[in-house]
Amino acid sequence: MNDVINEAYAPPRIDIEAEFRRSGLGEVLDELDRDLVGLAPVKRRIREIAARLLIDRIRADHGLIGTPPTLHMSFTGNPGTGKTTVALRMADILHRLGYIRSNHLISVTRDDLVGQYIGHTAPKTKEVLKKAMGGVLFIDEAYYLYRPENERDYGQEAIEILLQVMEAKRDDLVVILAGYADRMARFYEANPGFRSRIAHHIDFPDYTDEELFAIAEKMLEAQHERFDAAGAEAFRAYIQARRTQPLFANARSVRNALDRARLRQAVRLMENRAGPVDLEALVTITADDILQSRVFRDAAAQAAGAPA
Amino acid sequence: MRLTQGTFSFLPDLTDDQIAAQVRYCIDKGWAINIEFTDDPHPRNTYWEMWGLPMFDLKDAAAVMFELEACRKVHRGRSYIRISAFDSSPGWESLRLSFITDRPEDEPGFRLERAEGEGRKIGYKLHAYATDRPSGERY
Repeated sequence: MNDVINEAYAPPRIDIEAEFRRSGLGEVLDELDRDLVGLAPVKRRIREIAARLLIDRIRADHGLIGTPPTLHMSFTGNPGTGKTTVALRMADILHRLGYIRSNHLISVTRDDLVGQYIGHTAPKTKEVLKKAMGGVLFIDEAYYLYRPENERDYGQEAIEILLQVMEAKRDDLVVILAGYADRMARFYEANPGFRSRIAHHIDFPDYTDEELFAIAEKMLEAQHERFDAAGAEAFRAYIQARRTQPLFANARSVRNALDRARLRQAVRLMENRAGPVDLEALVTITADDILQSRVFRDAAAQAAGAPA
Repeated sequence: MRLTQGTFSFLPDLTDDQIAAQVRYCIDKGWAINIEFTDDPHPRNTYWEMWGLPMFDLKDAAAVMFELEACRKVHRGRSYIRISAFDSSPGWESLRLSFITDRPEDEPGFRLERAEGEGRKIGYKLHAYATDRPSGERY
C-alpha cells in the first residue's frame, strides 16, 4: 500500500537516452548522414526536427499533451542540390518518427493542381490534397503556381486552397514546397501567407568540388562501378572545369557526366572487342572516358579565347 | 423512430474516431469510399445523393473525414449521411460496407398504410412522415 503511494508521488524520472534508443531515431539520422553527401544545414535542421518530435512524444507519454508542431517545409536551392532527394526521404523520416501515419509522398507540380477552366481548379487541388493526407505532399517548382503576368490564371485559386488546408489539416498533412531560391523568394513575396505558414525554410547550399566527387563515387558504387586512379583525377578536373561553365546543375551535372562517361566506356569496350577483357574492365571508368568530354574542349577554348 | 440501415445499425451512433477507424479498415482493404446523403428515409430509397465523387486512391482516413466534415457543414441536421465502401476486386464495384454517420435530430418515423383491394386483399405501404413535406424542408 505504502509503495503504491510513494510511487504515485515520486517525481517521474525520464530517461531520454532510453527513449532515443527505443525510437530508432539514431538509425534514421545515421542513415541520412551516410547516404547524403554534404548538406550540413539540411541535416542539422532534420536533427532539430527529430529532437523536437521525440521530446514531444515523451511529453505526451507523460500526459503533457501540446499541439503538434507545424512541419510544412520549403526547400530552396540551386539546381541539383538534392531538394527532391531529401523530400523523398523526408516522408520516410517523418514516418519513422511517428509524425505522419503512412509512409507515402505525393509529388506534384503545377499541372496536377491547377485546372484548365473556371471551377476546375478547386476540385483538382482538393483531390490531390486528399490523396496526400496522412503523408507528405511535395510540390516541385512551386513558384509556377503563381503567375503574376496572367491575371486570369487559376494558380491563385490553388494557392488559396492549399493555404486553407495547410492550416486546417496540420495534423494530417505535411506540405513541402521546393524550387530555385530566387524564384521562390519572389513567390513568397507575392504570397506572404505561404511564408508564414511554413515553419521550416531550408536552404540547400551548392556542393563543393570534394562533395561532388564523393557523390560521383556513390553514384558509381550504386551501379557496381568505379574510377581507376587516373579516372578519378580526370573527374576531379572535370568537376572544376564544369563548374565555370553555364547551366551547371551540381549533382545533376555529375550524374549526366557519369552517364556520358558510361556511354564512352561502352563504346571503347566495343571497339576493342578483339582481345578478351576481365571483369574489372567492365566496371572501371578510365581517364580516357572522361577526358573526351566536351567540357574540356570548351574549357580549353575559353582559356585560349580569354586573353583576346 | 431511429432509422436502422446498413452495418452497425443497432449500435449507438459512431464517434468520429470510430468512423475514421472503419474508414481506415476500408482503405486497408483497398475499397473505394463514398459519402452519400438523403432526406428520404424510406428503406427502398437505395440510391442516395453522392457527395462529390467516390474516393478511389486514398492512403489515409483523414481525407474522408475532411470530406465528411464538408458534407456535414451543408447537410448536418437536415439529411441522413452515410459512408459506403465499394470493392472492385470481383471486376465490378460491389458494396461491402455501408453505415449511417449522421442523422437528423428528430426522426418522425413511418406509418403503415393498408389499402383494401379486390376480394378483401390487403396491400401494405410504408409511408415516411418526413416525406409529407417537400424535399429540402423535411428535417
